[in-house]
Amino acid sequence: MIEQIDLTMVSWARATFALTAMYHWIFVPLTLGLSFICAFFESIYVKTGDEHWKKLTRFWMTLFGINFAIGVATGIILEFEFGTNWSNYSWMVGDIFGAPLAIEGIAAFFLEATFFAVMFFGWNRVSKKAHLFATWMVAIGSNLSAVWILIANGWMQHPVGMTFNPDLARFEMTDFAALVFSPVAISHFVHVTGSAFLYASLFVVAVSSWYLLKKRHIKFAKRSLTVACTFGLLASLFVAYTGDEHAYHAANVQPMKLAAMEGLYDGEHSAGLVAAGLLNFSKKPGDDEDSFIFQVKVPMVLSLLANRDVNSFVPGINDLVFGNEAENIMGVKEKMVRGKLAVSGLGDYKAAKKAGDQAAATKALSLFEENSDYLGYGYLDYAEQAVPYVPLIFYSFRVMVGLGTFFILLFMVYLFLLYKDQLEKQPLLLKLGVFSFVLGLVAHEAGWIVTEVGRQPWAIQDLLPVTIARSNLDAGTVEVTFFMFLILFTALLIAELKIMAKQISIGPEGE
Amino acid sequence: MFKNAFSLYYDGFRSMVLGRTLWKIILIKLFIMFAILKVFFFPNFLETNFATDAERADHVLSNLTQSAADNH
Repeated sequence: MIEQIDLTMVSWARATFALTAMYHWIFVPLTLGLSFICAFFESIYVKTGDEHWKKLTRFWMTLFGINFAIGVATGIILEFEFGTNWSNYSWMVGDIFGAPLAIEGIAAFFLEATFFAVMFFGWNRVSKKAHLFATWMVAIGSNLSAVWILIANGWMQHPVGMTFNPDLARFEMTDFAALVFSPVAISHFVHVTGSAFLYASLFVVAVSSWYLLKKRHIKFAKRSLTVACTFGLLASLFVAYTGDEHAYHAANVQPMKLAAMEGLYDGEHSAGLVAAGLLNFSKKPGDDEDSFIFQVKVPMVLSLLANRDVNSFVPGINDLVFGNEAENIMGVKEKMVRGKLAVSGLGDYKAAKKAGDQAAATKALSLFEENSDYLGYGYLDYAEQAVPYVPLIFYSFRVMVGLGTFFILLFMVYLFLLYKDQLEKQPLLLKLGVFSFVLGLVAHEAGWIVTEVGRQPWAIQDLLPVTIARSNLDAGTVEVTFFMFLILFTALLIAELKIMAKQISIGPEGE
Repeated sequence: MFKNAFSLYYDGFRSMVLGRTLWKIILIKLFIMFAILKVFFFPNFLETNFATDAERADHVLSNLTQSAADNH
């Protein structure tokens, strides 16, 4: 089946989506996090009445506005791509995503559009408290917008609260609460927004560190750093906690992703966590080669993180592909048999309905429903296709976790030196602080790679592979749009960097 | 109330400095996205190629069941 599909088209469509999402994600977390940081600054201003905090708030609010203006609507391009490159997928999930995305649009429009004007135009026109309220509403509204998008993404990782309508070829929502309160979606949302707060804190650290290095706006920079490092430290710890929850859910609903994150081929009881390692790139599922050239393992930690039990069994890629009877794990091969029965039942149902044969339609539908949980496996040609590209996921995961740990240390050292009033005397640390913003972006993108590449080959986990989710287009069309987006987004990024750099160079008003 | 709200927006837009540049970028970006990209490069595949929802459903269902024959 998969050989008949233009895989080049699928690859270009995936590359275009990845490019768009990764560029979009440069702007979004800064908006989510900076909105709250501005609200913190302004709250201090309203509480203390100190005009310096007002100047500080206005400066960061300007940078927030620049980022928002450049980034706004870049996500709409993802929706264009759904309709053009991923039309099968788009049709099938329309009923599920319609409600969350409509709520997102309405909430974003009313909350952001209304309070944005007060936030930017309302200084000296509304009371201090009214202005502060508007700033908080922008922060809450921006983050609420993210809720719905991440719920939709969470559903793709773990589809719940729906049923498949075989007449319309659509997933239809049966339980809105199950969709919204899915533990996978919630852990996804809190982890992503927490990391956005962390990223925005690193942005404030980078700009303020640059001022300290240049010996400009010293009081301004120290005050900004105190708030941003406190927020960043709390966000980092929260991200570590929610990351653990995220991995726990992956162990339960996407065990292949967890196995790829760990480069674990043969499942183990009391499995250890690979702290560092060099993967053997020629390792394939089912062969006798070692999966690592070198590795340092922390004993039993993976079992603890995956199942909250140090003695528990964590399945490896081989267990998931070929099955493991002793551990009661159904392999991909068996799932493929059931998936093909589901596809066959669906085809027979369609044919029987067309022929007006109700008895045959009922029988075929029954066959489909018995096996529909494995529908996606019916489109695979061989079991190893269910394995994502392990090296990319393994190393991206370590980059993300390693940098996350580094950020915790960075914020702690900054806060300590701020407390001791010694930060200005540490030029190397300040340079590292400036560079940390780039590291924050790398950590963010690595996290998305783990999440999205880790669930391959699925567009919807277990139900729809990307090869079936695509439109019937030729690769050339999609390839052209990839390069168009590359040019458009690069231009936007250059514009943002230039405007942002100019504004940072000017510094806060009246300083 | 409405007069105050109007003057908030009116005066706000008039007194923008950096905001003018940002609005230009937003408008150029939206023009490129909706008037060029969407129209010429991102037609909705199912909307463009099929007239009714029934035809669209049938097309997607056909894609989903192509391999049914292989399974017999």
